[in-house]
Amino acid sequence: MDSESLLLSLELASGSGQGLSPDRRASLLTSLTLVKRDYRYDRVLFWGRILGIVADYYIAQGLSADQLAPRKTLYSLNCMEWSLLPPATEEMMTQTSVVKGRFMGDPSHEYEHTEMQKVNDGEKVFDEEVVVQIKEESRLVSIIDQIDKAVAVIPRGALYKTPFGPIHVNRTFEGLSLSEAKKLSSYFHFREPIELKNKTLLEKADMDPSLDFLDSLEYDIPKGSWSMQMERGNTLVVLRSLLWPGLTFFHAPHTKNCGYIYVGTGEKNIDLPFML
Amino acid sequence: MEEPTSPKQEIESQEPGEAGRSWEDTKAVSFQDPKPEFSEHLELEQDLEKGSQSSSPPHQSPQSRAGAPVNDLTGPGTPSPLSAPQESFSIPLSVQSTQDLATPLSPLQSDKVTSLTAEPQSDHLEQPSDKAEGNALQQGSQQPRHHLHGPEGISHSNSKQKELRFDIFQEESPNGNPDLSQCGPRPSALGPSMVEIAVQNAKAYLLKTSSKSGLNLYDHLSNILTKILDERPENAVDTIENISQDVKKAHFSKKLDTLQNENEMLPTYEIAEKQKALFLQGNLEGGDQELEDEIAESSLPNVMESAFYFEQAGVGLGTDETYRIFLALKQLTDTHPIQRCRFWGKILGLEMNYIVAEVEFREGEDEEEEDDEEAIEERDNGDSEADGDDDELPRSFYKAPQAVPKEESRTGANKYTYFVCNEPGRPWAKLPSVTPAQIVIARKIKKFFTGRLDNPIISYPPFPGTESNYLRAQIARISAATHVSPLGFYQFGEEEEEEEEEEEEEIDGGRESFEENPDFEGIQVIDLVESLSNWVHHVQYILPQGRCNWFNPIQKSEEEEEDEEKEEKGEEAEYIEQEVGPPLLTPLSEDIEIQNIPPWTTRLSSSLIPQYAIAVLRSNLWPGAYAFSNGKKFENFYIGWGHKYSPDNYTPPVPPPVYQEYPSGPEITEMDDPNVEEEQAFRAAQEAATVLPVEENETEEEEEEEEDDDDYE
Repeated sequence: MDSESLLLSLELASGSGQGLSPDRRASLLTSLTLVKRDYRYDRVLFWGRILGIVADYYIAQGLSADQLAPRKTLYSLNCMEWSLLPPATEEMMTQTSVVKGRFMGDPSHEYEHTEMQKVNDGEKVFDEEVVVQIKEESRLVSIIDQIDKAVAVIPRGALYKTPFGPIHVNRTFEGLSLSEAKKLSSYFHFREPIELKNKTLLEKADMDPSLDFLDSLEYDIPKGSWSMQMERGNTLVVLRSLLWPGLTFFHAPHTKNCGYIYVGTGEKNIDLPFML
Repeated sequence: MEEPTSPKQEIESQEPGEAGRSWEDTKAVSFQDPKPEFSEHLELEQDLEKGSQSSSPPHQSPQSRAGAPVNDLTGPGTPSPLSAPQESFSIPLSVQSTQDLATPLSPLQSDKVTSLTAEPQSDHLEQPSDKAEGNALQQGSQQPRHHLHGPEGISHSNSKQKELRFDIFQEESPNGNPDLSQCGPRPSALGPSMVEIAVQNAKAYLLKTSSKSGLNLYDHLSNILTKILDERPENAVDTIENISQDVKKAHFSKKLDTLQNENEMLPTYEIAEKQKALFLQGNLEGGDQELEDEIAESSLPNVMESAFYFEQAGVGLGTDETYRIFLALKQLTDTHPIQRCRFWGKILGLEMNYIVAEVEFREGEDEEEEDDEEAIEERDNGDSEADGDDDELPRSFYKAPQAVPKEESRTGANKYTYFVCNEPGRPWAKLPSVTPAQIVIARKIKKFFTGRLDNPIISYPPFPGTESNYLRAQIARISAATHVSPLGFYQFGEEEEEEEEEEEEEIDGGRESFEENPDFEGIQVIDLVESLSNWVHHVQYILPQGRCNWFNPIQKSEEEEEDEEKEEKGEEAEYIEQEVGPPLLTPLSEDIEIQNIPPWTTRLSSSLIPQYAIAVLRSNLWPGAYAFSNGKKFENFYIGWGHKYSPDNYTPPVPPPVYQEYPSGPEITEMDDPNVEEEQAFRAAQEAATVLPVEENETEEEEEEEEDDDDYE
């Protein structure tokens, strides 16, 4: 959710119980403004928070003028002092994929993971247990990246592709109409498109190149990984990800109020097929 | 503007009056275009421009276009009304727009869909085709619809006839007319088709009618151009905004009566109407005295106060939703005999959510539901008895494991009654009381709630009941695990009660009732945050059996089923160890850890102003369960999907063990057939025994058998 309209967004997203206490709100409003100035971001999103056992991580993201350019992620424990997270790498992803369980809330916490590695000692091959230390900070980076890639949502038309390539916020976006807002196909993944290239010409025929340049939610795997609800009597659409429980996207039809927030433990729900 | 097309007109004018001419001809003509070196793409774009900016007055091109398909398909003389719909999909579109354009000054007809009204369509089609065969001069004056454009039509009449086919080509080619393939060299099939589709989409977008004014941009632009070409102002480009404004002003639209009301926002109004009832309920009651009485005996919880504290903790619903729920709870307590009510929380679902209220009835609790369930049980019993008809074949020895009876209402897991509703303002639904079997199964499954109470739960192992039962079981489990209070707030009841309870429930070794401690002085918030031992559970632990109070299944079976007692005595002689859980008011510090993860997280709500902060407790076992205490007050709240946390994945329960076959023993194995020697020995023995008269009968029988045996051998 945009840091400028944080209060309204929080109110709209409150149906899932994911709020912020008044002191957190106030401090976020203050500190995100400073973040925007200091890091020279075009736009700052309050991304959400990851609940740790000891403390919570508050996450914000800075966007440049090109909305789809790689985002900078910052975290904070007290909502005032923000630290920049390194960009996620593939290596980090594979390394941290072995860690299970909850976050601790201490960025310097180290998870210990014992691994069986084959060690060549002369001619013989041993299986040796190697203890790998994984820092929580790198796990945080990779989890945020995974969530962003999997379930960050933007309504169709909120962004448009300029003729020169960069993607900008659409100022003429007036919100989805009611009938569109009820369809999953009107919502896009807020990331570089992956599936779009694989589409056939026939499927591409109906697309508007300046608006339909992102992957739509409706082809998400598994089918049914989103729960869509109309709340407050059709004046608010709420999308909840079931794959990453805790991510809530809201959009008020006919207004440009939309955004998403993640409040959760930072764990993927791999039991989803059993639960549907 | 006329310059680029005028050469074409000249070219076409060389072949006048050939309405039924083939498309090849047209193509050939048009390809004498002065700019043949244009690439296909550019040409199409140019075509587009010309389509809207064509030198001829726009009201002519539609006419010609309307004429075109007819002429093309059926020849000049026989325009048939059905011809247009038989055309490719692009034609009805163009016909409709044609009609719109042909009658720019009669907006009443502009919405008419040609393909639906065959007769007017045929008129329209015939008229232009007539015109195509000549006499454009008369046309202008004969058709009242065009009387304003009459002079203009006349002025261009000399070229009109030839322009027809020119326009046909210009207009139709972008629309993907199937005839295009015949009509000349198309270098690549792919490129143009994409462009055609794009053009078509763009045109469809332009033709989209505004819901406010009833206009569309296509008509508007053509009207502007008509006006400009009619009036020929100086420096038209400078005044185009004003012209546009004038055209819009001149547009006359009559507010039509519609038969149906708009109902797009129906659900919005419906829920608003329902919630209005919530807000009005206070006003309906009159009399101050009644009000005072009500306030005195109100069972309504102070939802807003606890919501305030939860907001400090960073959980809870929005302020307005909380207030609506508050009002809905008021409605609930007003309509039911409720002694105590509490806002339990909210369970998220796939389609709708559940708002859960926890209530305790006054003495007059309704008994209907229990009767129903008993009736069902009886029916089940009846079924099983009806089976036992034939005595000869062995009946199945398998008996379903002893069903553990559910706890009485107001005790154990059924201590409270729960009401749910999907949204504040919608009716409250009472959840059925929970049975131990449901709890046991609910522990083994993990399902999302849908938001419909009658939704069947399809799971392995099969869940006995619908979503309402599953919801109730989850509520019972969550309550048992996460309802906590500061140490000392509740205490066990007075001595008398204790004695009674101890007598009754010696087996339990625990007491199940508690009351508020009147002398509770509060606990320092800091202490509450620092030590979990200052928090206690005040809801009974649910045993693995599915009940809070131990039920001994063996005793019951002996009492009830005397017949089976004898058979199964041997098997059931084993003593089933009584399941014991932590007693009531056990501190949280004794909760079991979840694989090195502490089950609770405590925090001070604000580190900046610790003196007024509250203690916040978050359950790690049931994500979404919160509790706060400011030292004196406390509240519990749950919001989430209603699932338990486990660091490991959900694993479906293992299938039950395969029932072992009967062991091969003496009653299964048979002896070999008697051989000859044995029989002879037997006969010898019998002959020796014939002396005895008693066994005569037997011998006879034996002999018969022997005969039989002989036969077989």
